[in-house]
Amino acid sequence: MSSVRKLLQVKELKKEYVSGNPVLKGVDFSIEEAGLVAIIGPSGTGKSTLLRCINRLIDSTEGQIIVNDVDICQTKGRSLRKLRRQLAMVFQEYNLVERLSVMENVLSGRLGYMSTWQAWRRNYTQQDINSAYELLGSVGLAEHATKRADSLSGGQRQRVGIARAVMQNPSIILADEPTSSLDPKTAVEIMELLEKFSLEKNIPVLINMHDVNLAKRFATRIIGMSNGYVIYDGQPKGITDDHLKEIYGGESWLD
Amino acid sequence: MATIDYHWQQFSFGKKIARFSVYLFFITGFLFSLRSVEVIPEFLYDAPEQIMDLLSRMWPIDYAFYPLTVHEAIIETLNIATLGTLVTLIFAIPLALMNASNVVSSPLIHWISRFFLVSSRSVNSLVWALLFVAMFGPGMLAGVLAIAFRSIGFVGKLLGEALEEVNMGSVEALRATGAPWGAVMLKGYCPQVMPAFFSIVLFRWDINVRESAVLGLVGAGGIGVVLNDSMNLFQWQEVAMSLLAIFTVVVLAEILVINIRNRLI
Repeated sequence: MSSVRKLLQVKELKKEYVSGNPVLKGVDFSIEEAGLVAIIGPSGTGKSTLLRCINRLIDSTEGQIIVNDVDICQTKGRSLRKLRRQLAMVFQEYNLVERLSVMENVLSGRLGYMSTWQAWRRNYTQQDINSAYELLGSVGLAEHATKRADSLSGGQRQRVGIARAVMQNPSIILADEPTSSLDPKTAVEIMELLEKFSLEKNIPVLINMHDVNLAKRFATRIIGMSNGYVIYDGQPKGITDDHLKEIYGGESWLD
Repeated sequence: MATIDYHWQQFSFGKKIARFSVYLFFITGFLFSLRSVEVIPEFLYDAPEQIMDLLSRMWPIDYAFYPLTVHEAIIETLNIATLGTLVTLIFAIPLALMNASNVVSSPLIHWISRFFLVSSRSVNSLVWALLFVAMFGPGMLAGVLAIAFRSIGFVGKLLGEALEEVNMGSVEALRATGAPWGAVMLKGYCPQVMPAFFSIVLFRWDINVRESAVLGLVGAGGIGVVLNDSMNLFQWQEVAMSLLAIFTVVVLAEILVINIRNRLI
């Protein structure tokens, strides 16, 4: 028996959007410790599908996803919502509510802990408000708190997105291509921010990305996916050109 | 040097025949309907004279008539329009939610809401007014309900379409936080649909001001009642006063709506 507590365990996960044409063909991995886990792979290989299955934004076809000793695929209603609080998401297109203020977007990370009535009355606890301000400070947007989200730049919006995720007090952050809509400099800043929160909160961050170099630079572990399977799972320095060829196919892009 | 003459034509022979028969159909249709409306030539030639006669009897406008009855009636008309629009919301908002495919996914519920929305729209507000006058007797209540029931279809349909255009990414993000359904509605859908909501409601109120002016003709309260009475008594100068009042109110409502809309959005 391993004494390591598994934060997240994905077992034999399969997903088909069209019956008989699976996108994920049996994905297995588990997350035991904090750190940045980069999931790399070509477009269309099911990276986004995998992350969205974990949070149950889409339903998987087969397999298990175990969080807190519970299979999230089997839950619904209140118990599903409770598990979702543990699994914060960061999106490629930021997915803020554009017409709400930055502050309210950050605070909406707490909605999973509140009733609809409390949400209507904006009845956030003093503690929530304090930590929202602290978070906005630590992502460098303190002076933008009262601005509307649609007045921010892409990089700033993603910072708000990350603050909202951290606000959830999650045990894992799932980031779906968080840097793909950003310029290289901002992308690095966003990665640094995710790294910082991973260390500070001592939680794992699963990041979908297609930039291999960025993955090698920041990740503590790389999961390489191709064709609906996990092909590589291990240290970033252990990944070779042969692995990359297998993951992405072809080789002319490599050097 | 011989050049090659390329053959080109937009429409094939069959298409030309089809297009020609469509034209032919409309022209014959027009001629047939002219015959069936049975225009009486004497009355038609007489019309300009009659129009001038009516206008001369309307002039000068009887401004003294305004404080007597028109003022009260025009306020009642505005009340009918406003109350009717508010009552509409009670029914239109739930129906719009039921009709939006990204809020409720059950086709059965879509059909139920569509049934109510279409039946509300397919009945003219005058007909609604006749029904409600029969049920509740003449007066303002019948007018309010007629306006409300006619507007449900309009507001519900447009609001439902606005809901379907909401950015689902933001909604998904809130769902991913574990927020309950109601909170997702409040923080995800609501803020995004607000500008469209106000614009639809103001637009409908503007239409309702005009519609409620007519409702009095069937006894459902408002300026129409005054108009109808004056017409029955051949008091054309009073009729002119009522028409002027309606025109002024409609223009003012239009200006008001444009101003509010510019400020909101």
